[in-house]
Amino acid sequence: MSAHAAPRVHGPSAFGGGVRRFWNLTLTLAATEFKLRYFGSALGYLWTLMRPLMFFGVLYVVFTQVIRFGAGIEFYPVYLLTSIVLWTCFVEATGGSVTCLTDREGLLRKIRFPRMVVPLSVSLTALFNLGMNLIAVLVFALISGVRPRWTWFEMPVLVALLAVFATGVGMLLSALYVRYRDIAPIWEVTVQALFYASPVLYVAAQFKQFEAYALANPIAAILTQMRHAFIDPSAPTAAAAMGSTVALLVPLGIIAGVFGLGLWVFNREAPRIAENL
Amino acid sequence: MSTRTATPPAAAGHAATTARPPAVSVAGAGKTFRIPHQQYSTLKERALHPFRSRSFDELRALDDVSLEVAEGEFFGIVGRNGSGKSTLLKCLAGIYGVDRGRVEVYGRLSPFIELGVGFNPELTARDNVLINAIMLGLSRKEARARFDEIIAFAELEEFLDLRLKNYSSGMHVRLAFSVAIQVDAEILLVDEVLAVGDAAFQQKCFEQFHRLKAEGRTILFVTHDMASVERFCDRAMLLERGRMVATGAPGDIARRYNELNFGRLAHTETAGEGARFGDRSAEILRTWVEDEGGERVTAVEQGTRCRTCFEIAFRTDVEDPVFAVTLRNEAGHTVLIVRSGTDGRPTGRYEAGETAVIRTGFEAWLAPSRYAVSPSVARPGAGADVLDSREDATSFIVHGAHAGGGILDLPFDLDVERS
Repeated sequence: MSAHAAPRVHGPSAFGGGVRRFWNLTLTLAATEFKLRYFGSALGYLWTLMRPLMFFGVLYVVFTQVIRFGAGIEFYPVYLLTSIVLWTCFVEATGGSVTCLTDREGLLRKIRFPRMVVPLSVSLTALFNLGMNLIAVLVFALISGVRPRWTWFEMPVLVALLAVFATGVGMLLSALYVRYRDIAPIWEVTVQALFYASPVLYVAAQFKQFEAYALANPIAAILTQMRHAFIDPSAPTAAAAMGSTVALLVPLGIIAGVFGLGLWVFNREAPRIAENL
Repeated sequence: MSTRTATPPAAAGHAATTARPPAVSVAGAGKTFRIPHQQYSTLKERALHPFRSRSFDELRALDDVSLEVAEGEFFGIVGRNGSGKSTLLKCLAGIYGVDRGRVEVYGRLSPFIELGVGFNPELTARDNVLINAIMLGLSRKEARARFDEIIAFAELEEFLDLRLKNYSSGMHVRLAFSVAIQVDAEILLVDEVLAVGDAAFQQKCFEQFHRLKAEGRTILFVTHDMASVERFCDRAMLLERGRMVATGAPGDIARRYNELNFGRLAHTETAGEGARFGDRSAEILRTWVEDEGGERVTAVEQGTRCRTCFEIAFRTDVEDPVFAVTLRNEAGHTVLIVRSGTDGRPTGRYEAGETAVIRTGFEAWLAPSRYAVSPSVARPGAGADVLDSREDATSFIVHGAHAGGGILDLPFDLDVERS
């Protein structure tokens, strides 16, 4: 028997229960979701890849053949695919977070575990998928004539920033959804607006005089920097597009702020999540 | 983990509570749920009516509950539906926090209160076992190391790669239980698991609990089943509407539980409950049940002597009336009819204005249940005129640990002669 030092006074919380268990659980939940998606049907991986690819195909035809939106943009198809894949990751992580706690009501009501595991595993699943999709992007980029460069090492950092931002939003949404059920439609509309406000279909330069302001949007900044680092070295960096390196503190600050807010709200709600479901 | 010698059940466990260190200590715990009048409040509503305070009902699920469970104890928590048993267990497990009081747990506590939580029907048994084991607190390495043992215990080696949705419910439970007992907890919380599975599996469950107990682990066990409380628990607690009614020996708690359950249905004296017929030339005034000492009771321990009694006032002169008492169980089956005159002895002559008390004594070898007592008095002879008959004039409870399943639980001996 273990020595009984101090009694444990306990209740549910966002964290707690040891780092190992926290990580084990997060990984297990994410891996399960991932597995279900890929092995649920015969063409599992293909189907997951299909979604962004189909979306890309439609947009590609529309914006290069019909509207000629991408004319004059170097490697427009590669940019389009990259931004769509990153955007899909963000939407998956945040959209999946909205209902993630209510979806796992059974677990939350029957097992003690750190509550933060749930939204975190949703983000992780989205990241797994992003990883799979990025393979396709890489192949497509190389075929299109994009050549590997040292700046590719910036990509993990940019993906990490996107993940932190998405997780922050996810924590906020999941905790709020337990209390307010209209978070779901509200977020749907917000995502739509954010899609058009972010340079997914176009590049940041097309914001023209509003470029500096538009890049306050962390997603816009990440996509712009991604274009420079990954696809086209002649494209402006996020700092250049905003006018100064200091201005980068705005999107970075927003990422940090949203993450902090999400953490705070989730942490505050965590003890009562199980009973409010 | 060192093994500790198993203590004999009941008495020893009870006495030892003070000596052994506590495993769980709860003091004045309270939990209140707020149930909003509108089920789902929305942001829109909040925005439109920012100053309207939201109205809600308060439900006191737990109120001032205190308990100490010693290390190595098998502790039962009983109560009717909605009495707060599961809420208490969830507070202990750390799934809910308490609003008042404190909950202290010494040692590692199993984090789950139900079997098979997190099982996914779309995945194979192999995947589910690993996932579930990790959910329940094992590391990935430990989960893999114990995998074979888990499957062997569940006796499901051939069905490893079958998806769980194709499992029968029995296989499902076996798998879930096998994973659960692999968890390295010093304190286990068990909520009604034994309500599922067949008798053989339940037996297997309890054998495992005994093994765990012998290893010095503490088990908190929530149930409706008084027989298993008396068989397995060292001590038990009775909850009713979130409040502690009693804590003590399992036999006493089981009795209190039965009284609580059936007690409100039992009444001590006649109030004209059921149908009444007869020409009333004699009238049944009161009906009651008493124990051997003549004390009126509403509950009778199985196998002890008791008496059903009724008082009659005669309005006219009656020669050799027949007195009878009928016992019916809850299902409405007639279990016993006792009638005077069957031994050929006349009951005698009664004059108008006379009163008499008729007592029928018997040993209550009846199955635990509520029994309705229907006394009657009639003129003698075939096609007898009923003077007065009162259906369900009173009722009493028989309680005890031995429910064989029949309507009677007669003392019996069983002899096996092998040739």
